Amino acid sequence: MQNAAQEINYGGSEVCTECHDALAAEKKSGYHRMVACEACHGPSAAHVQDAEKVKPQVPRSRTHCLLCHEYLVARPTGFPQVVSDSHNPVKPCIVCHEPHNPKPPNVPTGCDACHAKVQRIIVLSRHSSLQCTVCHEVSKEHKINPRGNRPKSMQDRQSCGKCHAKESTAPKEVPRVNMATHGEKYLCWQCHYPHQPEAH
Amino acid sequence: MNPENANLWVILKQVVGFIYPNEIELHWNLLIVIYPYITGVVAGAFILASLVKVFRVHEVQPTYRLSLLTALSFLVVAPMPLIIHLGRPERGFEMFLTPSLSSAMAMFGFVYVWYLMAVLLLEIWFDYRKDLIIWAQREHGFKRFLYRLLSLYTTDVSEKAIAFDKKAVTSITIVGIPSAFLLHGYVGFIFGSIKANPWWSSVLMPIAFLFSAMVSGIGMVMLIYMVGALVRKKDLDMACIEKLATFLFIMMIVDFSLEGLDFVHRVYQSEESIKILSQLISERLFVSLIVIQLLLGMLIPLIVIAFAKSLDFPPELRRLSYFICVLLVELGIFTTRWNVVIGGQLFSKSFRGLTAYKISVGGVEGLLVSLAILALPFIILYVFVRLFPPWEEAHKGREVGTSEP
Amino acid sequence: MKRSKHEADPGRRRFCKMLLLGSCSLVVPSVLEGVTKGTKEGSSWYGTTYKPKEHLYGMGIHVDRCIGCGRCVDACKKENDVPYQPFYFRTWIERYAIGEDREVTVDSPNGGIESFRGQQPEKRMLKNFFVPKICNQCDKPPCVQVCPVGATYKTDDGVILVDTEWCIGCRYCIQACPYGMRFINPKTRTADKCTFCYHRIVKGLVPACVEVCPTQARVFGDLKAKASPINQFVRTNKIAVLKQNLNTEPKVFYAELDMEVR
Repeated sequence: MQNAAQEINYGGSEVCTECHDALAAEKKSGYHRMVACEACHGPSAAHVQDAEKVKPQVPRSRTHCLLCHEYLVARPTGFPQVVSDSHNPVKPCIVCHEPHNPKPPNVPTGCDACHAKVQRIIVLSRHSSLQCTVCHEVSKEHKINPRGNRPKSMQDRQSCGKCHAKESTAPKEVPRVNMATHGEKYLCWQCHYPHQPEAH
Repeated sequence: MNPENANLWVILKQVVGFIYPNEIELHWNLLIVIYPYITGVVAGAFILASLVKVFRVHEVQPTYRLSLLTALSFLVVAPMPLIIHLGRPERGFEMFLTPSLSSAMAMFGFVYVWYLMAVLLLEIWFDYRKDLIIWAQREHGFKRFLYRLLSLYTTDVSEKAIAFDKKAVTSITIVGIPSAFLLHGYVGFIFGSIKANPWWSSVLMPIAFLFSAMVSGIGMVMLIYMVGALVRKKDLDMACIEKLATFLFIMMIVDFSLEGLDFVHRVYQSEESIKILSQLISERLFVSLIVIQLLLGMLIPLIVIAFAKSLDFPPELRRLSYFICVLLVELGIFTTRWNVVIGGQLFSKSFRGLTAYKISVGGVEGLLVSLAILALPFIILYVFVRLFPPWEEAHKGREVGTSEP
Repeated sequence: MKRSKHEADPGRRRFCKMLLLGSCSLVVPSVLEGVTKGTKEGSSWYGTTYKPKEHLYGMGIHVDRCIGCGRCVDACKKENDVPYQPFYFRTWIERYAIGEDREVTVDSPNGGIESFRGQQPEKRMLKNFFVPKICNQCDKPPCVQVCPVGATYKTDDGVILVDTEWCIGCRYCIQACPYGMRFINPKTRTADKCTFCYHRIVKGLVPACVEVCPTQARVFGDLKAKASPINQFVRTNKIAVLKQNLNTEPKVFYAELDMEVR
């Protein structure tokens, strides 16, 4: 019973919306809509009980945002990450990004803003000279709603054959194979890693 | 800051590889190493006593009562490291109030009580009863009261009563042998039944514990007998010592074979844990396992005893060799317990890293307290030996002309 | 001779009787407790309408969604008053770095509570990912099996709890847990572990770690309910549990778990 009678410190996001409804509405449509209020503001059940006396923490420093958004190679690809040392060092994140509805101040032009891991692999390969769009068909909405508008990838052997078939018009240095006999039963990427085909 | 924590910050720097974060703290420490060592001596000493009564090895008769008293002094000290080590010692008795039937540790509490009350105390009482009565009549003052109390105010020394005493002793010893096996085998089971820990989890663990216990018990009685003779300036019964050395030798061969079997089995099967366990032995346990347990504690005593017997050393040299062997053996068995208990906690259950153990000198679980606990059985034994001399029995038997050999 | 024996006899007999009765009286407290507790069917659970037997709690973890931010580790310590030092964790995050030579490096600096900043492994990478770890709330818990006094137990709704008023701190449960989930709380000197935030879930909330996870990598629910996030998780993912060969029947399920995870 003593386990069940323990004091509750985290109130849950639903309770926050009862008073902070304007902020909650703004948050509901942004990238942080699934992030709990208390993930940043800390345990706030006491604040719900007595809003004047107990105030939740309000993290305004860079170190807080970087807990999630620092570039770490182990983070899943596509998750927005920055290398903090080269991304407006010293400047607090909230100057450019509104935490309850964060949007990048400039829409990223390249794919590597989010797909840094892929970018770091591909620079080691001769495929770095290719635009991502050569193999991936990306709609404009992908940058705004990534999971709702996933890009299309290569469909068949001909996608690679465009450059690597014997009869292709690609530059001379591009290695050629006989598409009819080379691994004819397989899709190219079942053996070759497209982002770094030189690797094992 | 907790003094325990200060230790942990130091150990954090000594971690090799990856360990689960909670594994930084070693939970069963030096006190828990002492405990199986002590119960091992108890079991071993009792088995030695049973050699006389059940297996009728008459040569070791001079050590019969000494073995029993040794077993008793070590047995009463055995729960001490356990109680001290508990996070909540004041709740220790809960093990007898609400024991969990699936827990080896809980069931062990009852085995301990059974062994203490129904085996050891009873046997000692029946064996000493006649002498207690005689001493009660001879002594005065407090000692007289003590002897009368301990003899439970009986005064019957008729032939029938003494014959009953002897029969009782034999029966209790017969029951006592499996009880002694259970007492220490259970400790082995407490470790051997933990499937989470591949260093401990083994069918052989209770058996190996038991035989190393017998080695330490026989060795301890030999040690005390030799030291006792030295202090009392009496002659050693060489036939007794020779027989003890023979038994020690045989037990060591069995123990060594069991440990060898465990080793071969592990290496041959080569399960997932073999990599981290090899790393454990080479990086953390090299000195304690290879040098002390195997070389000093097992191989050298085996060789020395074998030479002493086969090359027919002169008695002086033999006594010295056996004495040194016994010291090495006791060190070896204590280190065996260390390697099992501490060794099993030095590697991570993720099989990816090793932690370290630092013994604190002071504190409730430190070195000083541990040494005190190790010294205590000898102090208690000294008191017992003064109050209930185990030496006179042999002489007395011959004087009174009983059927005692 | 015969008379003296007779005289001594009743004394000895009485003594033995007293001894026997005395040792039997040791079990009286537990018998009394069992008799007076009297849990009948239909009786309420501590005066509430919550019925533990109708629930069975489990957790799912999407390994590919974890970003290693450590908010869960932080929230757990704050919700459950766990000491903030790096030796006591009810949950933690591990980072796996698998190099191109398939050599694995694992780390968990302070349990991952301040994320993993500034500590990048130095080698060419094949795969990297984060794995949250938490008490698996096993259905066949080895920790409950070995507790000598029954201080740790499985509730009717499948959560393994520790009675801190009864625990004697023998540490057997800590040795028995194959996942390293238990520790000794330095303040109470008793065993401590993740409780699935029992005080929250019986009130319909989710555990603190699930509450704050920004990517919903942790999924919590009632395995007995027809519509629950955990059942959807189990249905739609290929799941694995940790150390399956030890047959502890964990109730924390992992999706996209790599073979290198222990």
